Amino acid sequence: MPKMGKQTWKFMSNIYLSSTGTTAGPLESQGPLGNSFDQVYDDMHCGESNWELAERTLMREAIGHCLRKVSKKEQDIDIFLAGDLLNQTVTSNYIAGENQIPYLGMFGACSTSMETLAIAALLVDSGFANYVIGAVSSHNATAERQFRYPTEYGGPRPKTATYTVTGAGAALVSKEASPILIKEATIGKVTDWGIKDANDLGSAMAPAAADTIAAHLKDTGRQPDYYDLIVTGDLSSVGSPIAKQLLYEKGYNVDGVHQDCGLMIYRPDQPVFAGGSGAACSAVVTYGYIANQIASGSLNRVFVVATGALFSPIVSQQKETIPCIAHGVVLEAAGGQ
Amino acid sequence: MGQLNNKTNYKKNIKPYQLKPNYLMNCIKAFLVGGFICLLGEALQNFYIRFFDFTEKTAGAPTQGTLIILSCLLTGIGVYDKIGQFAGAGSLIPVTGFANSITSAALEHKSEGIVLGIATNLFKLAGAVIVFGVVSAAVLGIIRLFIMNLLG
Repeated sequence: MPKMGKQTWKFMSNIYLSSTGTTAGPLESQGPLGNSFDQVYDDMHCGESNWELAERTLMREAIGHCLRKVSKKEQDIDIFLAGDLLNQTVTSNYIAGENQIPYLGMFGACSTSMETLAIAALLVDSGFANYVIGAVSSHNATAERQFRYPTEYGGPRPKTATYTVTGAGAALVSKEASPILIKEATIGKVTDWGIKDANDLGSAMAPAAADTIAAHLKDTGRQPDYYDLIVTGDLSSVGSPIAKQLLYEKGYNVDGVHQDCGLMIYRPDQPVFAGGSGAACSAVVTYGYIANQIASGSLNRVFVVATGALFSPIVSQQKETIPCIAHGVVLEAAGGQ
Repeated sequence: MGQLNNKTNYKKNIKPYQLKPNYLMNCIKAFLVGGFICLLGEALQNFYIRFFDFTEKTAGAPTQGTLIILSCLLTGIGVYDKIGQFAGAGSLIPVTGFANSITSAALEHKSEGIVLGIATNLFKLAGAVIVFGVVSAAVLGIIRLFIMNLLG
């Protein structure tokens, strides 16, 4: 049965994460995972004249690395699934215009990474596509300008705020064997527990992450220790302990297996407030570091739960609460079955 | 169910998890940095009075002008936002903070053109300060006028 429980899909054939590509900005490259990225830029402009073009370059190069590693060309890909944080997902739209792969734009805020990966695996499993690329990007300066204040504005930010990751991640999904299998995906539902503070997205997203993780464990009948790692997208140092406590109260103890991409990507002494966030946060950590760890055998089973805050600056100023979502994908070492 | 898994009281129950700002430390930092900016202003004012043809009344204008230029330069080279993160209100409230809000908006929207980008967005943040400054000045002026008339 491809459907497990209420929210989880089990892929029937062997679906592989055939290749990945990651790009990252200067602060990310100085972080603990700096050498797991395919390409890093020491300048936030990435050689472009404005931030939006820089973000496009990040996504273009991430896809380029992803394709080059398996000697594929754009023409070999059947579907391109992509999303980013900018209005109307313009970064993805322009990249899709350049690469001329049939395209579906996706938006799940920072959860877009696992949203595209889940749909990519679904399309390959169902036979509607043989090769699918899923890609996401985010850029600190484009996100700052859209969601907060001008980048050089001197207004202080609270400690609960997060720092948008500059980078992009791309994944090639196919039935072509690789060391990493995509086993299951759990689609989350919008969870809104009444947080209005856009400078505290960790608290807003924690219930969504806990909901999706609990739904996944219930659907599959597993316990958290089935996984070597349950990694959330960008709950930060504020949301992570909240999500852990929420899960503990639901009867799942994730202590010891839980980590957060937003805390893994930066060193604690980097000036990133509560941690990293953004669509690229979970993408570059998963497609870079975690993919390497699975391929090298250090990790066997990983449940990646990307979390997203589905708000816009306008509704936020209208004092609306922040609707949040989390989507999870199970990655497994192909040799470890 | 435990205490956190409660949608209605969630906002209240997560308080212990949220990092609280250190108000005392923030006040001290704001006092020191804000005070330093004012000290700089005093020094500039005395400089203009001593070496140029300004009086205590007229020296305000070149003093402010110099502080604004300094703030714009620091914003342009990407330093003022770091000072702001450290000092909070200390660097936000003085005239330098006002200049920073305008310069940062101009820098941010440069890519959208001079008219619709820079000119339209220049007062995006500073606009609120101007509106409330002008309105409160008018209201307080009227109140003052009334009181003065009442007292004869």
